[in-house]
Amino acid sequence: MFIMRILKNDPGGQILMSLLLIALLVVPVLNLVVPESSALHLSTYSVTLLGKYLTYALLAVAVDLVWGYLGILSLGHAAFFALGGYAMGMYLMRQIGDRGVYGNPVLPDFMVFLNYTELPWFWQGFDMFWLATIMIVLVPGVLAYVFGWLAFRSRVTGVYLSIITQALTYALMLAFFRNEMGFGGNNGLTDFKDLLGFDLHADSTRIGLFIASALALGFGYLVCRAIVKSKLGRVAVAIRDAEDRTRFIGYRVEYVKLALFTFSAALAGIAGALYVPQVGIINPGEFSPLNSIEVVIWVAVGGRGTLYGAAAGAVLVNYAKTYFTGAFPEVWLFALGALFVLSTLYLPKGLVGVLKRQRASS
Amino acid sequence: MIKQTLRSMLDRTQVYDFMVPSVADELDLSHGTILYLEGITVSFDGFKAIDDLNLYIDAGELRCIIGPNGAGKTTMMDVITGKTKPDAGSAWFGQRMNLLRMSEAEIAVAGIGRKFQKPTVFENHTVFENLELAMSSNKNVFPTLFASLSSEQCDHIDEVLGIIGLNEQVKKEAGFLSHGQKQWLEIGMLLVQKAELLLVDEPVAGMTHQEMDRTAELLRTLAGTQSVVVVEHDMDFVRSLESPVTVLHQGHVLAEGSMEDIQNDQRVIDVYLGGH
Repeated sequence: MFIMRILKNDPGGQILMSLLLIALLVVPVLNLVVPESSALHLSTYSVTLLGKYLTYALLAVAVDLVWGYLGILSLGHAAFFALGGYAMGMYLMRQIGDRGVYGNPVLPDFMVFLNYTELPWFWQGFDMFWLATIMIVLVPGVLAYVFGWLAFRSRVTGVYLSIITQALTYALMLAFFRNEMGFGGNNGLTDFKDLLGFDLHADSTRIGLFIASALALGFGYLVCRAIVKSKLGRVAVAIRDAEDRTRFIGYRVEYVKLALFTFSAALAGIAGALYVPQVGIINPGEFSPLNSIEVVIWVAVGGRGTLYGAAAGAVLVNYAKTYFTGAFPEVWLFALGALFVLSTLYLPKGLVGVLKRQRASS
Repeated sequence: MIKQTLRSMLDRTQVYDFMVPSVADELDLSHGTILYLEGITVSFDGFKAIDDLNLYIDAGELRCIIGPNGAGKTTMMDVITGKTKPDAGSAWFGQRMNLLRMSEAEIAVAGIGRKFQKPTVFENHTVFENLELAMSSNKNVFPTLFASLSSEQCDHIDEVLGIIGLNEQVKKEAGFLSHGQKQWLEIGMLLVQKAELLLVDEPVAGMTHQEMDRTAELLRTLAGTQSVVVVEHDMDFVRSLESPVTVLHQGHVLAEGSMEDIQNDQRVIDVYLGGH
């Protein structure tokens, strides 16, 4: 009922939700029930790939909320994604227990290797899933809050803000590359065994993660949609279009930005946390500035300011990436760059804009 | 010396500055004056955009402010709305609100509305949504997230739509309005904001004569219930408002009076026609 009300007058969102629902029903059946010999069988590899795309889609929705509706071009959202991923990775590391190469029941392998004698304070409690869950949202959220508080209060906007978000993710990348940080240096965290007692390599766990990703995307989309539909969403668009004017009719622009930016970062953290168990590794490369820029390209290609366009863009571009990096590995970066230039020039409103125009003309 | 200090302390015609709360909750118009600007000075890199400006606006008054380019009109508006902090002077809204200690948003909520020179309506929002956003309400983040319009508020918006004559465009995106309509929408936004003091910067720039006449009529009807300060270049329009006029020149008040007095004032003639 409530969901229906959010999706009213949102055909794109209805399509997205229907597709998610279909995927939720069909994918498990095709993977688990249909025998492997059948042409309809969906391999576990594909299921994991789809799950990964869905977490990217959630990240794209989070970016679209602040870029498409609030006008903040964040070129550092992958940092929040990676932080959520690290929080999940820390939990998964602790779950390995004494099954690691060195067999230490408390310390993860890389710590034994680096001669740690005890667990650093910030690793304490990460063997508990509930604490990890809180941290997945809290760490990106707090970072975004502090960063946003400083940036928005000083009225840093536009390209300057974009640049400092790049600097933020770059600084984090350099920090996480250091062994002394206690997050595994450039190897990151890997060799995960199980999640909540379920074997990460089992087909059923993969399906479970896929379902969790689909649900998270659906939930994230609905909450973002509800925000965008509310008066706060209209205030956000007003800020995007005429920030000073919004201030002069009495809105605290910096608080609105802070609230939405923090929420968006937390959402990115959730996406990162679901991403890590599916790909099986998290390393500082995830903080690389290029990753954040790629997210922005997904949103631009899909169509910014629509939310569902961002999700579609993320899935399509990543599908293309999977294909290209397999077929012509050296071409991919050029293709990505060309995609961004072409979509900015010819598809200012993304693929969604093209579809809308076609529908309007027919 | 001591005697003098004592005497000044015993002088009860004045309340000590530190005892006056700087920001009151409600607008106090008990003395009939809504805006006090006293000794305001603003300089940008040594250039005094405003120099010892004194200006008083009565409650319910319609006042025009004219002056050549660079006279400090826009800077004055910036000071009143909190965009620029002056180097010296005091600015009070009613008896008890110190504008210099308030942020832009606080000033807007307190009841000073500003219409910019260039019409800035929210182009991607409909006329209705523009008014809804401007409407006086709790404008903090969470109340805004869960806000919905009451029937009273809808009625109020309808009423304002009637006043500004945009009933038929209510569902149109503001970006598609004509220039004149955008100006009216902005004035409407000030009205739903429940602004007691409207600062209107060049309302008829780029308007046709018909639109100008309607705007003059609109502003005249507003005066009385609200105080309106109009900054304008177009002399015909100022004359049609039939209101007291203040002439600014080089950052301070040069002359004040009716349009006829002003036109016969030798100093004003010099500023506008000859010299300087």
